[in-house]
Order: sequence, then C-alpha cells, then structure tokens
Amino acid sequence: MSPAAYVFLSVILFAIGGVGVLVRRNAIVIFMCVELMLNACNLAFVAFARLHGNLDGQVVAFFVMVVAAAEVVVGLAILMALYRARKSASVDDANLLKY
Amino acid sequence: MTTLAATGALRFSWLLLAFPVFGAAVLLLGGRRTNKWGHLLGCAMSLASFVYGVIAFFTLLSYPAADRSRDLHLYSWIPVERFQANIGILLDPLSICFVLLITGVGSLILIYSIGYMAHDAERRRFFGYLNLFIAAMLLLVISDNYLALYAGWEGVGLASYLLIGFWQSRQAPPAAAKKAFIANRVGDAGLSLAIMLMFAEFGTFNFTGVFASAKSGGSGVGLALGLLLLLAACGKSAQLPLQSWLLDAMEGPTPVSALIHAATMVTAGVYLMVRSNPILAQSADARMAVAIVGTVTLLFGAIIACGKDDIKKSLAGSTMSQIGYMMLGAGLGPAGYAFAIAQLLAHGFFKAGLFLGAGSVMHGMDDEVNMRRYGALARVMPITAVTFAISYLAIIGIPPFSAFFTKDPIIDAAWDQGGTAGWLMGGAAIIGAGITAFYMTRMVLMTFTGAKRWEEHAHPHESPAVMTAPMIVLAIGSTVAGAFLILNNRLVDFLAPVVGTPPVLHGLWTVPGETSLALAVVAAVLAWSMYGRVPVPETAPRGNLVTNAARQELYGNAFNESVLMRPGQWLTRLSVFFDSRGVDGLVNTIAATIGGSSGRLRRIQTGFVRSYALSMLIGAVLLVAGLLVVRL
Repeated sequence: MSPAAYVFLSVILFAIGGVGVLVRRNAIVIFMCVELMLNACNLAFVAFARLHGNLDGQVVAFFVMVVAAAEVVVGLAILMALYRARKSASVDDANLLKY
Repeated sequence: MTTLAATGALRFSWLLLAFPVFGAAVLLLGGRRTNKWGHLLGCAMSLASFVYGVIAFFTLLSYPAADRSRDLHLYSWIPVERFQANIGILLDPLSICFVLLITGVGSLILIYSIGYMAHDAERRRFFGYLNLFIAAMLLLVISDNYLALYAGWEGVGLASYLLIGFWQSRQAPPAAAKKAFIANRVGDAGLSLAIMLMFAEFGTFNFTGVFASAKSGGSGVGLALGLLLLLAACGKSAQLPLQSWLLDAMEGPTPVSALIHAATMVTAGVYLMVRSNPILAQSADARMAVAIVGTVTLLFGAIIACGKDDIKKSLAGSTMSQIGYMMLGAGLGPAGYAFAIAQLLAHGFFKAGLFLGAGSVMHGMDDEVNMRRYGALARVMPITAVTFAISYLAIIGIPPFSAFFTKDPIIDAAWDQGGTAGWLMGGAAIIGAGITAFYMTRMVLMTFTGAKRWEEHAHPHESPAVMTAPMIVLAIGSTVAGAFLILNNRLVDFLAPVVGTPPVLHGLWTVPGETSLALAVVAAVLAWSMYGRVPVPETAPRGNLVTNAARQELYGNAFNESVLMRPGQWLTRLSVFFDSRGVDGLVNTIAATIGGSSGRLRRIQTGFVRSYALSMLIGAVLLVAGLLVVRL
C-alpha cells in the first residue's frame, strides 16, 4: 500500500477533527476532536517517516503523544471545574471573558 | 575701608534679626491664643531690636573711623565648591543708620498701631506681619552680600503685599496688594539679574568681593549692573516708570503706609544705590540715569500730590517726590550720597509723622480720607494739628526744621554739576520744592482750617495718648533731625568711610537753597489764596488740563493699562486659545481617534471559544498558503 494513502487518511481525519472543533458546542466532543487532529498529525508523521526511511517522524509522534496526554490531564480538570460551576459542558456558556 | 571681624557687643548682632523673627513666629503661628497680648509682644520685640541697635551704634562710635565696618559671619547657606553663599551681618555707618531708622520709627509706629488698630479683630495678625516686615527690612540693610540682601528684599515685598491687602474682605485692598506685588516683581527681576551678572563676572556676591572686583571690572559691567540695580530701586522705591503701585498701596492700614510706604521700605532703593556706590563709581552713565529718574520722579510725584483730594494718596505722591530727591542725590555720586541718606533719615521722621497725623484724623473721622470733607479740625484735634504742622514745616524746608538742612544740599549738589544737567536737575529740584510747599499747604489748610465740611454723623475727637505720643516724638524728630545730621558735617563725616566725601561742602545759605526757600514761601502763599482765603467746595470742581492730569496720576495707570495690561491680556487669551485649540486639540484628537478605534476593535473579543478557534484556523491556513506562495 502506498504511503500516500496514509497521508490522505491523515488529512481526512484532521479535517473531520477541525470541523468538529468549530461546529460542536459540547466541550468533551471538542476535546475528542482535538485529540483526533493530534492523532491525524501523528499518522502523517509516521507515514512520512516510513516514506523517507528514517525515524525522525516516529520520534516526534512520541513527543506529540506525551504532550497530548499532558493536555488531556489539564483540559479535563478544567472541564470538571467548569461543569461544577456552570452545570453545563457547552463552551458557548463560558463566554464571560470578553470585551 | 577694610572690613574687620565683629568684636565685643557686635558679636551679638544676630539679635537684631532674632527679636522680630521670634515675634512674627509667635504671633503668626500662635493663633488666637496670642490675641490678648500679641500687640504688646510685637512692640516689645521691635523695641528690643532698637535697644540693641543703639548699643551697636555706640559700640561702632567707640571705634576709630576707619575700623567701623564690622562683619559677623553667621553660617554658610549654600556651600558648594565655587558657589559660596554665606549669611553674614555687616554693621557699618551706613547700615547702622538704617537699623536705627527702621527699629526706631518702626517701634513708634507699632506703639501707635496699638491704638489705631484697637477695634480691629485681626490686630494680632497685623502685628505679626509688621514684625515680619521689620525682620525682612533689617536683613535687607545689614546683610553683607547681595544674595541675603535679595532675600530681605523679597521679604519686605511679601510683608508689603500682606499688609496692603490686610483688609482682605474689602474690594480694593487685595487688588492694590496684587498691583504692588506685580510692579515690584518687575524691579526684583532687575535685582536678580544684577546678582547673576555679579556672580558670572566676579564669582562672588559679597559686598567686599564685588566692590573690589568692580573697580577692575570696566565700565561696561558697571553700566549694566548700575542700570539693573536702578531697575530694582525703581520698583521698590516707586520711581518712574514703576511708580504706579504706591498710590494704590494706600489701601492698607495707615500705620503700614507710614512705616512701609513712607519711612522705610520704599527707601530701600536708595539704600541699594548708596550701598552699591563702588559699582556706580564705574559708570558715569549709570549715575546719570539714576539722577534723571530721581529728577523726573520728584516732579511727577509732586504734581500728583497737588491733584489728589485723598489725604493719603496726596501724601503718597509726596513720598514719591521726596524719594525722587534722594535718588537724585544718589545719582550725583559722592557729592550726594551722604545728603541722600540725610534726606532719607529726616524724611523717615517727618513723613511718618504726617502719615500718623493723617491716620489720627481718619481715626477721628470714621476713616474718611477725602480732604474736602475735613476742615476746621485744628480745634478738635489740637495735638494732631500741632504735630502735623511741625512735620509740614519740616517737609517744605522752613528753617530750622529738617528738610531745610537735608534738601538744600541735594539741590546745591545738583546745581554744582554745571552745564545743562546742572541747570535742568537743579532747576527741577528747586521747582519741586515749590510744588511741595504748594500741596502740603493745601493739605494742611483743607484739613485743619476753614469751615466744617464734615459728614453728618462725624464726631471728630483727639486720638488716645498711645497714638499721640509717637506723633509727638516724631514731630520732635522732624524738628531736630535735619540740624543734628547736617550741622558740623556729622552725617557726612560718619558716612565718609563708606560713601566717600563730597568734593565741595556748601554753607547753610546758598543761592539755590535761598531760591527754593523763597519759591516755597511764594507757593505756600499761593496755596493759601486758593484754599485758605476762599472756601473749599465739598465736591471737586472741574479742573483744568493740569489738574485733571494730576487727578489721573498723570495717566500712569492709563499708560500701564493700554501699553502693558491690554496687550498682555490679548497675549494671554491668544496663548490660551492656541493651547486649548492647538496643542490640546491635537493631543486630544489623537487620543480620541485611538480610543474610538480600539473601542470598536475590542468587539472582536466575543468570549466564544469557537470563534477564536476559527480565527486560529484561518490564520494557520493563510500562513500555510503564504508559505506555499513564497516557495512557488
């Protein structure tokens, strides 16, 4: 199977994640979409690593996983606090920080 | 003459300043608690200074003539490497004359004020200001350098301002105080420039240092310094062209007019001229300018005095005129310095006496100042009338009263110059003596003789003893001061170490002196025929051109208003317009533009996370697109 197919899949996944972040209101779904975008990137990195025949992309993919794990920890904590305060997981309800 | 360190009793000359400063501090800081005894403390402090002044005077007399200049270094005010400003006290024949005049006449006037201000709720504050004045005036005359002199100079200006505007609740006094202050500031600028020039040229302010350097400084510096000092003297001594404030200054209480605006402060300009004699010696042009200012002012003031019906303003015009004589004397160089001081000291007595007499009349007449509403007061106020008459004889120079001895030498000295200057200045001085006799006779006749022209409710009465006693002392002083100072050349010899000796000494009876005496008698008779022989109308009749000009103070105020005040106001308005519309307008427009646009830009911050995410995405897409475009 040609590596280009993996890159195309990665683009499709990234686009789905991006659209999900933009159109969904539920913070958890947005969060999952962000994860989807990150994993799309990972897929692209691994695909390019295979394409070029070196390990650079695979190493970066590990870094991205670590950062994503850390982000999940902080992000879910914020989500919990937000939900307790507002009884809602909608990101449009948390709009006090504005002009 | 060389200046020696102070020894003996002179080591305590700081007491001269300490007494009145203490009095002023207690009275002004003590508040209402000191109301009961404040006036007594004020008098006591002034008298204490006087007593010390007398002791210092006799101590100086006990030294040989060449050793009578004694300096006491008090402390270093601003000790910076090349800028050494010291506070020191110089007691020499010139300054001790002023010390005795200021504290002596000052004490008498303070005692008088106890009675004059008895019904004023603010009497304590009044005495506090007077003590402040005496302290500042003493600092002016006894400091041994120009910088401390300047501090005293400003101090008397402040005291004058406070005392002219003493009755703050009335309309006129605060305006008059402001006018006096502003006119004085013009002169003060001259003095401060002179001091800066001294420092730039000579590197010192000390009298000894400045005078030593001035001798080798050349006539250019001498002329500049002389003219700047003359400007200062014009402001303080109400000489042309800064004369206009003195007549308005009469809005202050009468003792203030007597002490500050007749006997002492307004003569500070003469002191400055005489003290700076080594500077004036460098430039004949500067001396000539001083003499011209004096000559013009002595006529100017005398003419104003003829036209005024307000007794105090008439006396103020007279003061200007008499100081004009002193300035003329000072402008004549060593020929006139000693006589200018003699005239100044005698003037201190008789003009203070005249003002206190006027105050006594006002005290009895419910503060009426219009001489057309006086008349026939000699009978109800005998002591005032007699003392006033003695001072009157003194000022018009009838022998053996004061001005006969002190004014004639100035006229002689002016005449001695010879040539056109001698004719003009001597002639003006003689004519001035005649006009003096005219307005003073007019004043005496309108006030004390003739028919009663009083207001309906007026009950004139003689003033209490606390007021008449100082008047009697001053009248005695007016009688004997001139003869005492001039006979045997007492003052001339006493001052010789400081100001030099006149080249020619005339006897008592000289042709110019006789002429002025004869003219004075003629003028007095003329005044009698106009104001004594015929009744005086209660309202001023329409005058001729000269009378109207004199009533308008020879258009001095009109000149100031049209040439200085109105253009100044226009300049102010223009500047305010330029500032508010131009400078502020530009700055405000920029601020408003930025403020408005940022207010609109702010709306982008909606608070919706998803719209931020969209803008991030758009930004990322644009960035990538841009990179692709650049790469292609």
